[in-house]
Amino acid sequence: MSVVVETKGLRKAYKDTVAVDNVSLKIAENKIYGLLGRNGAGKTTLMHLMTAQQLPTSGELKVFGENPYENERVLKRTCFIKESQKYPDTFRVKDVLETAADFFPGWDREYAYSLADEFRLPLRRGMKKLSRGMLASVGIIVGIASRAPLTIFDEPYLGLDAVARSLFYDRLMEDYTEHPRTIVLSTHLIDEISKLLEHVILIEGGKLLLDEDADALRGRAIRVSGPAFKVNEFAEGRKTVHRQTLGGLVSAVVIGDGDGGDRERAQRLGLSSETVTLQQLVVHMTNASNANPERKAEI
Amino acid sequence: MDDSRPIFVQIAEKIENDIIDGTLPEETQVPSTNQFAAFYQINPATAAKGVNVLVDDGILYKKRGIGMFIKEGARAVLIEKRKEQFYEQYVLSMVREAKKLGITQDQLADMIRRGENKE
Repeated sequence: MSVVVETKGLRKAYKDTVAVDNVSLKIAENKIYGLLGRNGAGKTTLMHLMTAQQLPTSGELKVFGENPYENERVLKRTCFIKESQKYPDTFRVKDVLETAADFFPGWDREYAYSLADEFRLPLRRGMKKLSRGMLASVGIIVGIASRAPLTIFDEPYLGLDAVARSLFYDRLMEDYTEHPRTIVLSTHLIDEISKLLEHVILIEGGKLLLDEDADALRGRAIRVSGPAFKVNEFAEGRKTVHRQTLGGLVSAVVIGDGDGGDRERAQRLGLSSETVTLQQLVVHMTNASNANPERKAEI
Repeated sequence: MDDSRPIFVQIAEKIENDIIDGTLPEETQVPSTNQFAAFYQINPATAAKGVNVLVDDGILYKKRGIGMFIKEGARAVLIEKRKEQFYEQYVLSMVREAKKLGITQDQLADMIRRGENKE
């Protein structure tokens, strides 16, 4: 496994806040990562560090094995599509698609224009006159057609309707299959993209909360409900990330082994049970970490 | 796809179901990993993992340069495996629920016959 991004104890502090706090992770070649977390969790800062748009306060960061800061070799292989991308005042859509060739050695001009057609972009319209959805589409097209070995999308779908988002997922997966590369998708909407992800990175309050294979997380947690003493018996010695009570009834989300054994055990105790989706697990873990900010989730 | 169970498991089950009900006969080719990925809008690595589970189980085999094929005798193997699971998944939970409701063995047998006649 070849490593594309590696951080050790990475930290970025501003005057009175710590945006990225002691993050150590590895991003492997040709996988699709979901960078998840609430708004303000530190996702954007982490991406700005990885793409050398900001300098870390401390810690180590290597991209393609090198320090990315002012490093042409690294930046040529990186494409970062951010929500607030600025373009020169006079630029039309067409100018963006033509100029991209200068930045990205792998740029596929013909493919970019065919995507622009599919996303129904007016090529001669000024960038300043585009709707929010059209701006997002331009970013998506640049991100896909750049074929950069490390492609990072920061909340790329803002302003896009459901049809255009689905088109984005389809084209991204198609092109990724033909031209594998490392992709990082940052989002707080997990449901729509979770199936595309191979790996999940969850951050909250600048700290790394989860760094796991996406499929290993599906079904890992189980929600059991029933009388309190039975739920407690079930949850004994395991991590509970969520708990609700209704009279004498308790419903708890418990991290399990992810095999069928947990549901079997719940049934034997007379508890009703259901498995928990990736999205629900991420929400519960984020909340649990807010209740216990010092503890990294161990599951 | 259900997001509360590993997707590779669901892909493997889907292929198994198609083999059991005859949609995919023995010695025919199964769709490629990329076709599965595109069809279900899932990650190709995840689809590949699902297919590889069936290779490890001896249900599928690889023809070099062509793709994955279903082994002769795979259907019978899968049906045996599912019968085991049928007991775990359906019979045990049914018996537990029946006990809870005070349904006797005779009443349960009666209900099963009634269900069979209806089908």
